[in-house]
Amino acid sequence: MNVFTEITLNHYLALSGLLFMIGLAGVMIRRSILVIYMCLELMLNAANLALVAFNRFHVKPGGIHDYDGQIMVFMIITVAAAEVAVGLALIVSLYRLRQTTNVNDLNALKF
Amino acid sequence: MEALFFWIVATGLIAAALAVIFNRNPVASALFLATTFVFLACVFITLEAFFLAVVQIIVYAGAVMVLFLFIIMLLDIKAEAKRPIPFGKILLVLALSLVFAFFFGKVLTDLPTGQTLLQWNVHGAPKQDAKEIGMVLFTNYTLVFGTTAVLLLVATIGVILLSKREVK
Amino acid sequence: MNWIVLLPPLIAAALITLFLRPLKKLSVLVSIGACAISLGGALAIFFADGEAKLSTLSWASLPGLEITIGAMGDPLASMMLLVVTGVGLLIHIFAYGYMKEDPGLSRFFAKLSLFMFSMLGIVLADNLVMMFIFWELVGLSSYLLIGFWFERPSAAEAAKKAFIVNRIGDFGFLLGILGTWAIFGSIHFEELKNSVAATGLPAGVSVGVITLVTFGLFMGCMGKSAQLPLHVWLPDAMEGPTPVSALIHAATMVAAGVYMLCRVFFILDLSAYTMEIIMWIGAATSLFAALIALQQNDIKRILAYSTLSQLGYMVMAVGCSATTEAMFHLTTHAFFKALLFLAAGSVIHGLHHEQDIWKMGNLKKYMPITFVTFLIGTLALTGFPGLSGFFSKESILFAAYHHNKVVFALGLFTALLTAFYMTRLFVVAFLGKERTEDVHHAHESPKVMTIPLILLAILAVIGGFIGIDRYIGPHAISHDSGGYGLVMGLSIASFLIGTGLAWRLYGNVTKEPYSFAILKNKFYSDEVYEAFLVKPQQALARFLAWFDYWVVGGLFVRLSCLSAAGAGEVLRLMQGGSLQAYVVVFILGVALLCYWILVKVAL
Repeated sequence: MNVFTEITLNHYLALSGLLFMIGLAGVMIRRSILVIYMCLELMLNAANLALVAFNRFHVKPGGIHDYDGQIMVFMIITVAAAEVAVGLALIVSLYRLRQTTNVNDLNALKF
Repeated sequence: MEALFFWIVATGLIAAALAVIFNRNPVASALFLATTFVFLACVFITLEAFFLAVVQIIVYAGAVMVLFLFIIMLLDIKAEAKRPIPFGKILLVLALSLVFAFFFGKVLTDLPTGQTLLQWNVHGAPKQDAKEIGMVLFTNYTLVFGTTAVLLLVATIGVILLSKREVK
Repeated sequence: MNWIVLLPPLIAAALITLFLRPLKKLSVLVSIGACAISLGGALAIFFADGEAKLSTLSWASLPGLEITIGAMGDPLASMMLLVVTGVGLLIHIFAYGYMKEDPGLSRFFAKLSLFMFSMLGIVLADNLVMMFIFWELVGLSSYLLIGFWFERPSAAEAAKKAFIVNRIGDFGFLLGILGTWAIFGSIHFEELKNSVAATGLPAGVSVGVITLVTFGLFMGCMGKSAQLPLHVWLPDAMEGPTPVSALIHAATMVAAGVYMLCRVFFILDLSAYTMEIIMWIGAATSLFAALIALQQNDIKRILAYSTLSQLGYMVMAVGCSATTEAMFHLTTHAFFKALLFLAAGSVIHGLHHEQDIWKMGNLKKYMPITFVTFLIGTLALTGFPGLSGFFSKESILFAAYHHNKVVFALGLFTALLTAFYMTRLFVVAFLGKERTEDVHHAHESPKVMTIPLILLAILAVIGGFIGIDRYIGPHAISHDSGGYGLVMGLSIASFLIGTGLAWRLYGNVTKEPYSFAILKNKFYSDEVYEAFLVKPQQALARFLAWFDYWVVGGLFVRLSCLSAAGAGEVLRLMQGGSLQAYVVVFILGVALLCYWILVKVAL
């Protein structure tokens, strides 16, 4: 019962990994490019979760808690927001060009 | 207490995430994604990262998801057609998942971090999260902060450029 | 001293080829002048009587093998030098008259000079390797000269044939040289002679080995002097201009084989088997050629087969250990055969390049000088008593008589045949009535051509009396051995019978009365070679071409090319353009990376 009553870093890491895998599965399965993008965001957030978890359990020698991980996550959130904006602009352009959002039809990137 | 909250929030998170990928309607997917972000914020709270939790809700659930929904509405994306379950793909995905699960299990059981337990300091002074982050952010990480600001500016300009229609 | 003999023709050839091509008269003068200088040098060596200053140049010095460019001044060499340069000079002068209208005149004389240089190199050579070098050069010059009118396909083919057949002989020669060096440790004639004189066959060398080595040396002679299996190139070599036939294929180059045999005779003597082989091949060649000549109609062909036959005599003489007799016959043969060829050239020139004897007749009336000189040449060749050919041929028959009676009988019969076909030629071409209209337009050749004829005729007459054979060395069989009178009587008888028979049979006929297909077609030797050598070689070549195209080209080259292309095609399918497939592959890569880092490296 230990693993269910005592929460350690491992739990959070497992949670992060699981979330990442779910996002990955979404990327591989879904056909609408917008939904794929959303699952990509899910993967990003999984990484954020891992970072915050590490930050919580990391103690500098001397007993001081630092916030570097949280700063990092803060930046990631910001940059991710910008990235979403740009990505969606691209998707809009793509839609204007191809009139489709089905990933199976967007297959010009081939040899 | 820690365990209880953790398990509730974790279950909700996973459920919401699964709902994101298994929904055929993109709007439903988007809404469930927003839900996922909220649950994630709760997870941050269990980790005592209050500032980040709030930032998460404001930025992700509040701005990014709205943007997503705008685009969905703009492009008028229909729900995906029901299709036969691609057996091969499912199998592949399951295989990959199992592989990664194996790795995770191995890594997690071998890590020495399994010793430290999560413990909330309930009875002491409330953690002044935002203040601490602000202290670090504007002293040690000023450059990063400024660069991010410029990046946001560039992104804005880029988005405008990308989505311009040709003026006839 | 030897450089004065050796180098002028080379310099002449170089000068003409590089600078003097447009100046025809000057080229001719340079070439003839060079030959004259060589003659002067030869005379100097001759009169110095073994005291001539001959220098040696070290060409290549390897451990165990010292190759030099030097000269031998012994009687054998000096005699041969005189023959080559003397007859050569006369032929040079004749050639100017014969080839005067030819546009390639300078080229011709350049090649003639190159030939003279190579031939003199063979004669002067003091070691086997130097001789081989010049041997090959002579073969090259022969190729160039036979194919002089190279626009004619038959001439080009004949030149190739000569060179290739010569090469076969040269291959054996080279093996013989290597064997000689392996057995005796030296290639210089002096050293070899001393070594053989001192110890004979070295210990540990079996008879079989020395037979093989000496047979290799003989193969060089077979190629160069056109002995039986390798005789096929000489009749076709008549495609070249007549002076070339006279110089190369009568007087000098073909004699080089016999000269070489005399040079290395002391080695050949070590193997009785080789001597037997040499004798029988010589006898067979002479009979074979004489039989074919009976039915030929081209004046140059008849003379070519006659040359083959006489070369057979010389080789037979060497086989009977009679080198002096062989060299004697070589010298007299050079005189009268060159005379005959030049006279034939005069006839051809006078009749505007007609060579069929059945289209001639009564040339006595139109070309008197040529008629007389040709008569002298014929009589010398057939062995009219008193002329040079009589003495030399009869001395060979005498040596054969004391060696092997069967060979003697063959030689005698060949002499009869020689008399027969030469008389046939003479009667049909020069006597009787004109056989065609064109004969009436024949005219005598200019003085530049008739004077060499006269000079050679004089040499052919007096050749037996000036003591050539005594100069070269003692006869193998002294005249006091029994049977001299018998041999002389029999040879005179064969001459009379042959001449008389031909006179009776061909006296007044207008066309060839007899026809023996096998003789006319030269015993089908070309056809036999075609079937047994050329066709299998072509089949092999076709098979190898197939092999190269399909196995090497197809299996190795094209297959590897196709497999690379196929692999590319297969790999191309990996990039289908499906984004999600790319993601899958990407994730697989990440998984492998994680496996590597986490499982293999870190843990």
